[in-house]
Amino acid sequence: MYGFEALTFNIHGGFLEAIVRGHRASLLTAADYNNLCQCETLDDIKMHLSATEYGPYLQNEPSPLHTTTIVEKCTLKLVDEYKQMLCQATEPLSTFLEYITYGHMIDNVVLIVTGTLHERDVQELLEKCHPLGMFDSIATLAVAQNMRELYRLVLVDTPLAPYFSECITSEDLDDMNIEIMRNTLYKAYLEDFYRFCQKLGGATAEIMSDLLSFEADRRAVNITINSIGTELTRDDRKKLYSNFGLLYPYGHEELAVCEDIDQVRGVMEKYPPYQSIFSKLSYGESQMLDKAFYEEEVKRLCLAFEQQFHYGVFFAYMRLREQEIRNLMWISECVAQNQKSRVHDSVVFIF
Amino acid sequence: MEEFIGKLPAMDLMRSEQMTFVQFIIPVESAHRAVSYLGEVGLVQFRDLNAEKSPFQRTFVNQVKRCAEMSRKLRFFKDQVGKAGIKSPENPVVQPDVVLEEVEIQLVEHEHELTEMNSNSERLRQSYNELLEYKMVLQEAGSFLFSGKNHPVAEERELDETAYSNDYVETASLLEKEMRPGASEQSGLNYVSGIICQTKVLIFERMLFRATRGNMLFNQAPANEGIMDPVTSEMVEKVVFMVYFSGEQARKKIRKICEAFGANCYPVPDDITKQRQMTSEVLSRLSELEATLDAGIRHRNSALSSMSLHLPKWTNLVRREKAVYDTLNMLNFDVTKKCLVGEGWCPIFAKAKIQEVLQRATYDSNSQVGIIFHTMDAVESPPTFFRMNKFTNAYQEIVDAYGVARYQEANPAVYTVVTFPFLFAVMFGDWGHGICLLLGALVLIARESKLSNKKLGSFMEMLFGGRYVLLLMSLFSIYCGLIYNEFFSVPFHIFGRSAYKCRDTTCSDARSAGLIKYRDPYPFGVDPSWRGSRSELPFLNSLKMKMSILLGVTQMNLGIILSYFNARYFESSLDIRYQFVPQMIFLNSLFGYLSLLIVIKWCTGSQADLYHVMIYMFLSPTDDLGENQLFWGQRPLQILLLLLALIAVPWMLFPKPFILKRLHIERFQGRTYGVLGISEMDVEAEPDSARALQHHEDFNFSEVFVHQMIHSIEFVLGAVSNTASYLRLWALSLAHSELSTVFYEKVLLLAWGYDNAIIRLVGLAVFAFATAFILLMMETLSAFLHALRLHWVEFQNKFYHGDGYKFKPFSFALLNDDDE
Repeated sequence: MYGFEALTFNIHGGFLEAIVRGHRASLLTAADYNNLCQCETLDDIKMHLSATEYGPYLQNEPSPLHTTTIVEKCTLKLVDEYKQMLCQATEPLSTFLEYITYGHMIDNVVLIVTGTLHERDVQELLEKCHPLGMFDSIATLAVAQNMRELYRLVLVDTPLAPYFSECITSEDLDDMNIEIMRNTLYKAYLEDFYRFCQKLGGATAEIMSDLLSFEADRRAVNITINSIGTELTRDDRKKLYSNFGLLYPYGHEELAVCEDIDQVRGVMEKYPPYQSIFSKLSYGESQMLDKAFYEEEVKRLCLAFEQQFHYGVFFAYMRLREQEIRNLMWISECVAQNQKSRVHDSVVFIF
Repeated sequence: MEEFIGKLPAMDLMRSEQMTFVQFIIPVESAHRAVSYLGEVGLVQFRDLNAEKSPFQRTFVNQVKRCAEMSRKLRFFKDQVGKAGIKSPENPVVQPDVVLEEVEIQLVEHEHELTEMNSNSERLRQSYNELLEYKMVLQEAGSFLFSGKNHPVAEERELDETAYSNDYVETASLLEKEMRPGASEQSGLNYVSGIICQTKVLIFERMLFRATRGNMLFNQAPANEGIMDPVTSEMVEKVVFMVYFSGEQARKKIRKICEAFGANCYPVPDDITKQRQMTSEVLSRLSELEATLDAGIRHRNSALSSMSLHLPKWTNLVRREKAVYDTLNMLNFDVTKKCLVGEGWCPIFAKAKIQEVLQRATYDSNSQVGIIFHTMDAVESPPTFFRMNKFTNAYQEIVDAYGVARYQEANPAVYTVVTFPFLFAVMFGDWGHGICLLLGALVLIARESKLSNKKLGSFMEMLFGGRYVLLLMSLFSIYCGLIYNEFFSVPFHIFGRSAYKCRDTTCSDARSAGLIKYRDPYPFGVDPSWRGSRSELPFLNSLKMKMSILLGVTQMNLGIILSYFNARYFESSLDIRYQFVPQMIFLNSLFGYLSLLIVIKWCTGSQADLYHVMIYMFLSPTDDLGENQLFWGQRPLQILLLLLALIAVPWMLFPKPFILKRLHIERFQGRTYGVLGISEMDVEAEPDSARALQHHEDFNFSEVFVHQMIHSIEFVLGAVSNTASYLRLWALSLAHSELSTVFYEKVLLLAWGYDNAIIRLVGLAVFAFATAFILLMMETLSAFLHALRLHWVEFQNKFYHGDGYKFKPFSFALLNDDDE
């Protein structure tokens, strides 16, 4: 895999690449979204989806449908596809596929820990977890009282264990340091994933470094915006940024001292790829930023399919499907709550 | 000639049924009935007039949704019936016609009833499981306790009603009784007992170990029975465990861990008498619950079996209704919104029937207004429709796999019925193997009625679908096998005695000097004496090679003749004059002549070298043929044929495009005098109809010319390469006979040479397997594929366009297939 991956890639990766490209072909198109946006009830949505790949997953649902059911079933389809691919994958693709789920794993850990902190029922929390980020002893997270215990009891068995080295403290858990933990973990995860992809080399490294850099930069912006006005110090804030990406290192220094959204904007507009994102927003606005980032991400993910013989397509497909499920969730919610005027607000067309 | 062809009886399979484009204008009140009657007739293909509308913007979307919901319920019932293991009755009760609305109400009731029963039995099952688990824990944990009895430790019983999260009254009360203020908490050594899934034990133990920093003792024993999961109704293996620990903190943690792992904890009294008492109490409750559970299951089964009587009927009804509404959704409302307008294709012969059915629909629905049914013109080409029976169907499938015939084009399936099995047999000639195939085909045909209802595997389904192809293939291979005189590669003297005999009685020089002919030739097929002789292969090769060329030239000529019939049918004299005639001349002046030479050589027994004749016919046509002369006047004939072939090439290349161009210009000039405006008016009147599809006829000379050039080159080169391609008949036949010889001589005869029963048996087994798998399966497949290729490429490219589309009528009879 050193520049000659076209020679050998298909030996192990050809089948799955074909599979994933086939899956990609079944993503909903703009025409589908237009039809979905015109739906009057959730049953209409079900009916429309039954003509797509989601059909078999939704056909046995009884009629008063809920948004959660639709999302759950759609996620189930993604999970089934993921598991099928994982079963077929050989090294290093299988590791790569596993890396894709670590993000969900971090989110699940944070969800459960926060939930237990607020004394929610564990079972209820487990239902909310993303099925891709499940691991065996996830329910035991509720037992832990502080970070050290969390690590020693549960996470030491999971792939997340190495990422934890930075945030083991004996402090009791609270909302603030859970959030810091999430971001530290995420930082470590992204850096690790980035290193892993660089190690794979070839087109995978090239494409994934672009995608992961974007992800890291987006997280940096989000951390900055969210931490404005909190007690997080500038140094702490800077520690949460991942050590790669387009903004690293100079952009990070500037972001670390930002005090309001317009300063963030000022920093970001120095970077041509992000200029277009921020030029869509009016000054002082941060609501639409998420959507703008998602749109940019989808664009980049779609481009990953333009090249062959690399693993980026798997990452891109999973992300696109997740975006599609987010879209479906938004559309269903709008339809269910009779907010059809807002239906276009957060739908990101994929094709 | 023309008259004779005109007088020939109509061949149904030769050309598609005459189709016509029809329009229905149906009053709303009788629409449903009319469409469902049409579905029973099954001879109308509706056009979707609402193609631009999404499914839920259509008129009958609610009914479609209702049907979908009902079929979901029916699937649920079917699933439940299947899970309960109730066999659906062979012949379901014949009910008077049911109405959709009634069925819908019944379905809702049944579903409600069934879900209630299910949740009841699930609840019961859950409490039953808990009791069962408790019983196991009591048994196993008791043994842990007694084994540890000699340690003088005051053990404390641990109650765990919080971990015991279920809130059923009967079990909860059971627990409360256990909450006596019994043992003291002096020593601080506590224990928790419970039960957990076997798969989780290891990680559970590890977690406990970590949480208590190793200060605990973990005992486990597998439960002796599996426990049925109430949701998935699968048996789950469980393990009873008992954890000893000390301290209040540890207990909290352990409880949380138990909860997280879904381990059910049950209290176990440390006193043996109490334990016995508990056990007996649990046992009695268990037996009670079992009785209730059984009664529940019986009740449910009876409900399900009564339901399963109606199930096929309901499923059928719902499926039909859904199809009817789907079809109604393809219709358009007219301006007044009182009528539905539908368009579609139907065969002309069905018009009377459709008319009658529509009248019946009007009458039955008490409609004031009749249904208007009339034919219209369509620009679009009609669909192709052949009326099939179960015999011709498989052959038509073979042709359709290449391409569906253009409307009214000559259908190669007519000839494929015979030529396909025959060409197969030429490659598969062995009457022993043929008999095996025949037996297989006969078995499939004999069990036809039974197998056609069953769902077969993909391989079996293919075999079953092609059973009549298989039948003819086997019959022809018996015939060809008799000609080749092959029976598992053993020659037989069936039709009399061999024409050859040895030179003397010892027959010692049979292999070296050969045999002498002493009587008339063997009456049918190859003389058995050829087998094993030195000249067997040269003889058979020459025979089969020449035969292949004869067969190929015949079939290609048939293809070109069919192109004549096509041209005649579509009244295109251009194609006859500038395509059919030169093609015929070209093929026959070269390869027709070769066939003639072969026949002459066979008849006269001449020694002429045909390769030489053919090659020097091109290289030096004027030279003397010498000893290769087969008949008088051969040289002038060859020169004539060569000239004809040379003329035929530009003949098929140039005139047609130029004539087309001239015709186009003439038509274009003539149009100024033609009728104006009619087509435009129609388009405005009915924008949705098929007539609106404008027919643009742009004439592009260079395109036409290039097209013609490609065709001519393809034909000229194809004449050579296709003829060569027919030699595969010889090659495969040779391969088949050689393979079977190898298996017969090198396996069976070799093993028979030993005087040992085991070796003979092994030899026989190997021979049987090789015959069955290699000769009967692999060789059949390869011969099939090659026959397929000869038909698709060599035969059909002479005349077949195959760019039509199939007639897909709206028919209830076809519904069952695609749904399941």
